[in-house]
Amino acid sequence: MISLSHYLILAAILFAIGMVGIFLNRKNLIVLLMAIELMLLAVNINFVAFSHYLNDLSGQLFVFFILVVAAAESGIGLAILVVLFRNLSSIDVEDLDSLKG
Amino acid sequence: MEFKTLLFYIFSAVTIFAALRVITARNPVHAVLFLVLAFFNVSGLWMLLQAEFLALALVMVYVGAVMVLFLFVVMMLDINIERVRQGFWNNLPLGALVGLLMVGEMAVVLSGRYFGLASLPPRNLPADYSNTKELARVLYTDYAYPFEIASVILLVAIIVAVTLTLRRRKDTRGMRPVDQIAVKARDRMRIVKMAAEVEPPVAAAKEGEQP
Repeated sequence: MISLSHYLILAAILFAIGMVGIFLNRKNLIVLLMAIELMLLAVNINFVAFSHYLNDLSGQLFVFFILVVAAAESGIGLAILVVLFRNLSSIDVEDLDSLKG
Repeated sequence: MEFKTLLFYIFSAVTIFAALRVITARNPVHAVLFLVLAFFNVSGLWMLLQAEFLALALVMVYVGAVMVLFLFVVMMLDINIERVRQGFWNNLPLGALVGLLMVGEMAVVLSGRYFGLASLPPRNLPADYSNTKELARVLYTDYAYPFEIASVILLVAIIVAVTLTLRRRKDTRGMRPVDQIAVKARDRMRIVKMAAEVEPPVAAAKEGEQP
């Protein structure tokens, strides 16, 4: 029988993978965004699992709103990425070292 | 072993494999495709948890829209993979240490009996239970106001994405609606006052001249 802790541990593993991805891909902004998506997915798994086992629909509502915010975030992030690549011809985080006021 | 248990382990294993490939793939396009695979398997897991609406929304909204957007951007940018991969493995020892520590701690805490997590019984819903209907009932009553805010967030995201990437080229020829609206009659047409002349009938050739 699959218990709640199975889902929670799976989500913890996914979250840790996402975080290691942020450590590893310090030079690639696209993969950084994807690692953030992975971490959000792990959080969503937690919400859905709790919603199922506690018999409360609010968890699924929260997942709904997280999906909305995550879609907006990745859309804006990718737009910034495109502008950045147009100006710098690079998506390395370390190249983002100039300020313009 | 129950069939649902088997499904859970298959979906989890593929999800974790795909997530690992997302963060280690050389080619960013492969990373996006593995992320799509991970989303599909998580959608299957949510089906097991009887969250059908969210499972379908994840596939349609996330895989169908957001991941395709990622693919567009990845294929549009010309990334120098060699440069991006420089020093890739330098941070691995620290990252793996932190990640393993997190997973280990969470596993110790969650798999123990401290919270009574294992004793929570899974729901047994009747066959005619509609997850979508119940979700909508809560969404449009208790959460109507957050729902409106969510739509405003999406609108803001649209406007931001368009204004950020909009670029005015200097060499394009086009009309400027602002100037077109602001035009006045006297910018275009000049009315010249002149004395009325009484010509003799011989000068009929000058009739084409406008006043």
